[in-house]
Amino acid sequence: MSLTEKDKAAVKALWAKISKSADAIGADALSRMLLVYPQTKTYFSHWPDTKAGSEPVKKHGKKIMGGVGLAVSKIDDLAAGLLKLSELHAFKLRVDPANFKLLAHCLQVVIANMFPKDFTPEAHVACDKFLANVALALSEKYR
Amino acid sequence: MVKWSDFERATIQDIFSKIDKDVVGQAALSRCLIVYPWTQRYFGSFGNLYNAAAITSNPKVAAHGKVVIGGLEKALQNMDNIKQAYTDLSVLHSEKLQVDPDNFKLLADCLTIVVASNLGISFTPEVQAAFQKFLDVVVAALRKQYY
Repeated sequence: MSLTEKDKAAVKALWAKISKSADAIGADALSRMLLVYPQTKTYFSHWPDTKAGSEPVKKHGKKIMGGVGLAVSKIDDLAAGLLKLSELHAFKLRVDPANFKLLAHCLQVVIANMFPKDFTPEAHVACDKFLANVALALSEKYR
Repeated sequence: MVKWSDFERATIQDIFSKIDKDVVGQAALSRCLIVYPWTQRYFGSFGNLYNAAAITSNPKVAAHGKVVIGGLEKALQNMDNIKQAYTDLSVLHSEKLQVDPDNFKLLADCLTIVVASNLGISFTPEVQAAFQKFLDVVVAALRKQYY
């Protein structure tokens, strides 16, 4: 389900509207994922605290959104653009790719919650496709 | 049997008292048909589903959205025995409608997104967790009679 030009335009338009709140979105999405899907906490056993508003969650949410922003800028070739991140996730982090879907869902819940007028069904389908393609690019090097 | 905390019971009741039931069902179902277009396979008799605008304004989609919310309210009224309450609905979806049960999760995700967009800051992570737990139980109950 690759991205059409219409999808890419919709993603860029949505990103333009939400990017100023990227840090808040990332922190909120991450804390929701850790709460709603507790099995995801297994990747963060080295954090003292996984609650919403905690420093590790805020810091990591910001890092994740940095990755999302990078993906938006490299939307025409995600595999190449996210190569380093793919290697990181494949060889060091080894996050089970099923979890990418869980974070993608939480990201979209947050965007819908914070930007209900902008997260139209049309924006939603483009965003869902985009995040699925980002997940694919991130798992590119897994095997 | 599913264990519900006081917070979860109160939260789920609260969500259903706050949402506009005529709107949320329609919004979630049309979103599902738009975001996951393969789900349209079950709605061949609904007429024009050619694009997002057609889906959003389709009266059969709106009517069916209300049916879906009605189903969720049945779960709400039988929270301590959703599996039992849903026996007939599960048989219906399996034997008559022949819906691939993976689709239930897609609609559930769209419901979460629509409720999130309607409830603003009151849709906290804890509220989301309670709502998604409720939907997980509903989906499991709908799957129960498949064989």
